[in-house]
Amino acid sequence: MSKPTGSMKAVSIGLQGEIFAIDAQSVREILDLVPITEVPNARSFVGGLINVRGRVVPLADLRVMFAMDRPEPDQDTRIVVIETAIDGELAIAAILADKVYDVADLELASVEEVPKIGMRWRPDYVRGIGKRDGEFIIIPNMDRIFSMENPDGWPEERHVA
Amino acid sequence: MNAMDPADTFRQEAKDLLDALEQALLDLEQNNDSQQLVDSAFRALHTLKGSGAMFGFDEVSDFVHEFETTFDHVRKGKAQTSPALIAVALKARDHVEKLINEPGIHAAAGEPILAALRQVVDAAGAAEATHASAGDRQPASNMPAAAAPGDGPAWRIVFRLPPDALAFGTNPSLLLDELRELGHCTVTALTDHLPPLDVMEPTRSYLGWEVVLVGECDRETIEDVFMFLRDGMDLTIERMDAAPSVETGAAHAASDRAAPEPAPKLAAPEPEPAAPPAQAGPTQARRPDTTQEAAAGAAERAGTSLRVAAERLDELMDRVGELVIAQSRLSQIADASGDLNLKAVAEELQRLASGLRDTTMSIRMVPIGSLFGRFRRMVHDLSRDLDKEVEFVTSGEETELDKTVVEKLADPLVHIIRNSIDHGLETAADRAAKGKSDKGTVRLSAVHAGAEVAISITDNGRGLDAQRIRAKAEEVGLLAPEAKVTEQELYQLLFHPGFSTAREVTALSGRGVGMDVVKRTIEGLRGSIDISSVPGKGTTVTLRLPLTLAIIEGMLVRVGNGRYTIPLSAVEECVELPRDLQQRTSDRHFLNIRGSLVPFLNLRELFKVKVPPDLYQKVVIVSSGESRVGLVVDQILGNNQTVIKSLSKLHSNIEGLSGATILGDGTVALILDVGQLLTFGQAFEEQVRKGRAA
Repeated sequence: MSKPTGSMKAVSIGLQGEIFAIDAQSVREILDLVPITEVPNARSFVGGLINVRGRVVPLADLRVMFAMDRPEPDQDTRIVVIETAIDGELAIAAILADKVYDVADLELASVEEVPKIGMRWRPDYVRGIGKRDGEFIIIPNMDRIFSMENPDGWPEERHVA
Repeated sequence: MNAMDPADTFRQEAKDLLDALEQALLDLEQNNDSQQLVDSAFRALHTLKGSGAMFGFDEVSDFVHEFETTFDHVRKGKAQTSPALIAVALKARDHVEKLINEPGIHAAAGEPILAALRQVVDAAGAAEATHASAGDRQPASNMPAAAAPGDGPAWRIVFRLPPDALAFGTNPSLLLDELRELGHCTVTALTDHLPPLDVMEPTRSYLGWEVVLVGECDRETIEDVFMFLRDGMDLTIERMDAAPSVETGAAHAASDRAAPEPAPKLAAPEPEPAAPPAQAGPTQARRPDTTQEAAAGAAERAGTSLRVAAERLDELMDRVGELVIAQSRLSQIADASGDLNLKAVAEELQRLASGLRDTTMSIRMVPIGSLFGRFRRMVHDLSRDLDKEVEFVTSGEETELDKTVVEKLADPLVHIIRNSIDHGLETAADRAAKGKSDKGTVRLSAVHAGAEVAISITDNGRGLDAQRIRAKAEEVGLLAPEAKVTEQELYQLLFHPGFSTAREVTALSGRGVGMDVVKRTIEGLRGSIDISSVPGKGTTVTLRLPLTLAIIEGMLVRVGNGRYTIPLSAVEECVELPRDLQQRTSDRHFLNIRGSLVPFLNLRELFKVKVPPDLYQKVVIVSSGESRVGLVVDQILGNNQTVIKSLSKLHSNIEGLSGATILGDGTVALILDVGQLLTFGQAFEEQVRKGRAA
């Protein structure tokens, strides 16, 4: 066991070949793929709704925010239900993951600041880059990603035609 | 489960106290010399001061202390209440609210308010002004008088604390100390309620005390000592005519008779009870004063009800909703199977689930009176600002509505009442010229009517000017000059965005914003608005609202792969989309329904559905307000009971959707908001037209 201040428990999920670390404290449960209800005219980042134990929960696709390809779900696809602040209010949301790896300790000492160059994602969506087994792990900034006030707009904003 | 932040507890309590204070002040304005109202205002202030200090809201307690000190003159009858006094007191009350909600930034604003308050009170009771410091209830100021026993009147005080007082942190010896500060005290313990030792619980309070107090003080000062405890305790305070002669046997016996309960036969710790005069007979001794009685009544009521966080109720409703869904799935399975036992259980469960649903819904119902109370203050302020005397009458406060509906009604009612006072009611001079009474009346009432609640706002003002509305409508192109419309249709134009017939725009109303918001909110609550008006006599606006929002009957339809619920109350009929309209990509989207023209919106277009359409498309004709519109869907799946779940912030701004629901198979379906959908459809067509023009 490492010191509590020195590490965080994180669920690592795969999104198009990258590994993202989701704070395990915020994760409520991990589900297999369930039927997704499309919300017409919603942003593709939150284009769906799912039923999580009788709650209607928005399903977010982080791949949209990181401008990744979005292939159809396969047998590895999972849904990670998290508690997060949506525009400052604590709420339940779900995120789509291509694959869920494991829960592991992430040494905070190994986490580095977001580099100024060498990354095409919006820097404010990334809190830091951690390392594990020689691989980089992206720690997304959920508060920013789920914030409604986005001065620069969304990477792929869909307007009403 | 979760520990409440004590500061939040205080804020919640303070809100109730401030409301009580406001109501008392407003009532006082009507009823100048009700001591009971003054007392209840004072009590609210005093509690506020105490709990403010307890929770570290020092700014609040300091300000309230000054407020209370000044108000004390009114309570002691040294100053009369006047409209000016009430106005300043209300201002002070608002200031307290600010201090509580945004601590640290308003403190400076307090002094002018206090100064104004003192000025008004001093003016009202000029002669007594010099006694201001004596009126201050600082015990210290009474000390000199208290020092000399035998001076001043004598009081006999008998009190008995509620059994659980000790558990709540009350220390009787402090009360006795406080009494001793008021004058010379002779204290006798009343031990008659002491139970035998084996059943005695050490944490309960069994003793009573009889105190004979000789000192320069009045009844209020003594009552103040017990102010925080009055609700649960027995308290008798009586004045003894003569200065007490110290201790005679006969006097002791008399005191026994006068005491509420038989006085101690056991050893009394201080054997020097004084003589109560014969006049203070037993009948008088036991009678509590009216405020005490009222307080006890309030305490009793509070004991039978329970304060529950609104979220927990929502959660309960959610759970019940899920139960109803699960039960309907079970019923489906039971119907399909031949197992009689399963069928019996399913039926039983259905009965229980629907009973539980009804009970839960009834818990969510709150009386609308809580809302009405808020408007009294607004009417009071408006009447002052506009210099129109307004009498505000409410009725049907006990009418119950779903709490969500009540919350959402606040804004629309503000708009309507403002309009009534600003535009509806004439100025006093105009009223006099027309031979009406000087005072305008605005009546706010609520009644149950079937599954609806009707809330009406009636004024006895000038009424609507149908001709002017018509002229204005023609001017802005809402109405063709020769078009025939009913009065009701004409009045509905008032809700059109930007439509205002006011000749002058005032700070309050007349800009034409507001009424369209009212209409939208009411329609969002699945309600409707009627207006009736008699020129010269007044106007009535009636809002009709459903009792609950939590569960609705819906019609389930399919568009592409998506399933949607349309509130059944909006659905008029369903027809098949004629083949020619379906195949041709037509720019003309109307149907001929029994001779009348009904435009339609293709939900596939609106929702950008990519999968190919069904061969036979259906049209659901819905009504929203005055208009009828068809919605083209792929399939009509049937009717269902729908438990409404709100959408998260991520989706709440999407037009045309009012929520979501979970279907029998566990998937989520979206609920269509017909009114919004029509607005969205209009905007959509507008865009299509623009796209072509470009």
